[in-house]
Amino acid sequence: MLSAVAVALMALALVLVFFVAPVDADQGITQKIFYFHVPIALTAYACFGWGAWKALRLLWTRDDRYDLESYTAVHQGTIFGLLTLLTGSIWAKASWGRWWVWSEDQLVLFLVLFLFYCAYFMLRFSLEPGPGRERISAVYALFGVVLIPISFLAIRLSKNFIHPVVFTRHGPQMTHTMFAAFCVSWAAMLVLAYLMYRVELLGKRIDENLRELRATLSGA
Amino acid sequence: MSAYAADVAALARKDLRLELRAKDTLPAMLLFVLATFVVFHFALPSSAGDDAAYGLLWVSLVFTALLGLGRAWVPEREASAIDGLVLAPCDRSAIWLGKTLATMAFLVAAEVVALPVFAAFFAPLDATAVLAVLLADVGICAVGSLVAAMAATSRARELVLPLVFLPLGIPLVVGGVGATLSSQGGKYLLFLALYDAVFSLLSWASFEYVVTE
Amino acid sequence: MSSGEKYVAAAYAVVLIAVLVWAAIIAAKLARLERETAELSDLARTRAASPPSEARLADG
Repeated sequence: MLSAVAVALMALALVLVFFVAPVDADQGITQKIFYFHVPIALTAYACFGWGAWKALRLLWTRDDRYDLESYTAVHQGTIFGLLTLLTGSIWAKASWGRWWVWSEDQLVLFLVLFLFYCAYFMLRFSLEPGPGRERISAVYALFGVVLIPISFLAIRLSKNFIHPVVFTRHGPQMTHTMFAAFCVSWAAMLVLAYLMYRVELLGKRIDENLRELRATLSGA
Repeated sequence: MSAYAADVAALARKDLRLELRAKDTLPAMLLFVLATFVVFHFALPSSAGDDAAYGLLWVSLVFTALLGLGRAWVPEREASAIDGLVLAPCDRSAIWLGKTLATMAFLVAAEVVALPVFAAFFAPLDATAVLAVLLADVGICAVGSLVAAMAATSRARELVLPLVFLPLGIPLVVGGVGATLSSQGGKYLLFLALYDAVFSLLSWASFEYVVTE
Repeated sequence: MSSGEKYVAAAYAVVLIAVLVWAAIIAAKLARLERETAELSDLARTRAASPPSEARLADG
């Protein structure tokens, strides 16, 4: 059911983006990247927020099923974060001829977050499984979500003394159809992320159960 | 309330006394920061202005702090004392606060020497810069103590600590360099204070989840 | 294709490929889980067939 919705939304989004929405007068066809790049970024934020929420639930209720949910959400967030950086880089190359621009606040923020969440996995996998690892991962996920606004503020402030070459870009004046395409695309990304989250979570839970089963059978 | 403060003071004093006896972390941090200054002298081309030097000051401070933080929980780990501390009838967050204060004492002690040396080797530092260093120290030690406790339980603690700390330290570097360079230093000092408030609160509240099994 | 169109295609292709790689990894994981379940049901079957506790009791 969920997959059907995901497929439908994605198909609708692509149709709207490529066949219905007009080509941007300013940027031309490369503006079409924005219909994927921004929803992917927003979905990454949503995943990190979801992971932090599950982390909070874990610390609150001490119910350890939230551990896998938080971890999977952070994993999806990291995947979408990486995609944000990749699509953003392609957009930068298409718009300004360089693979990276420090003047794009969102991109720099995602770079910092990507580093932070990669460290999440390094930390998690260097710890022995157990309630200790669950709690430490949860606290780290909470730190991540707090870091988002603080880093954003820092990046804005840093532009006063770092003086990168400022690439001016006219904010997209979206027509109604463009906005519709954007919203559908965003919905499609969110559903895709949720689908991936559910599938991964299922796999991890089965893994966990099998491990327990194996332990019980060998111990008996 | 005063029992809490007494606990914190006792914990911080313990760390300071251990360091006074062992005398290993502070001299190492001091030597490290001076050595990095010398390395940076050779790393900066002659065309680089004072601005570049100020940037490198902050890099040195962050990495020196990392050096100190790597040792922060070692006394507890070696004596398995962290379990004893956790069982002790004090609020877990007091352990964090005690450790943060002790680490700050070491960092500030190293900076008391390092900052004048920097001013002599490279470029002068004004009151805003010094205030920025102090504010950044609070953030570094508050977050660093928590994150070091996380890393301490892992198999690869020397590897994990820098990876986990550096992204969190980026805003501090921005605040610090901004305060040192910009004419509107106040904005950056305010930002550092915001960072300190937010992350200290978060670290204080979440520490007990990091140490309890 | 103009260069602009190539970049758009590249961006969408990156997303498609990422999702496909993810699907491939999940598929591999499912294969492993299937193998493990088969192993474990074999193990369970042998345990059900010859209950070890009774055999031990018989030996004394």
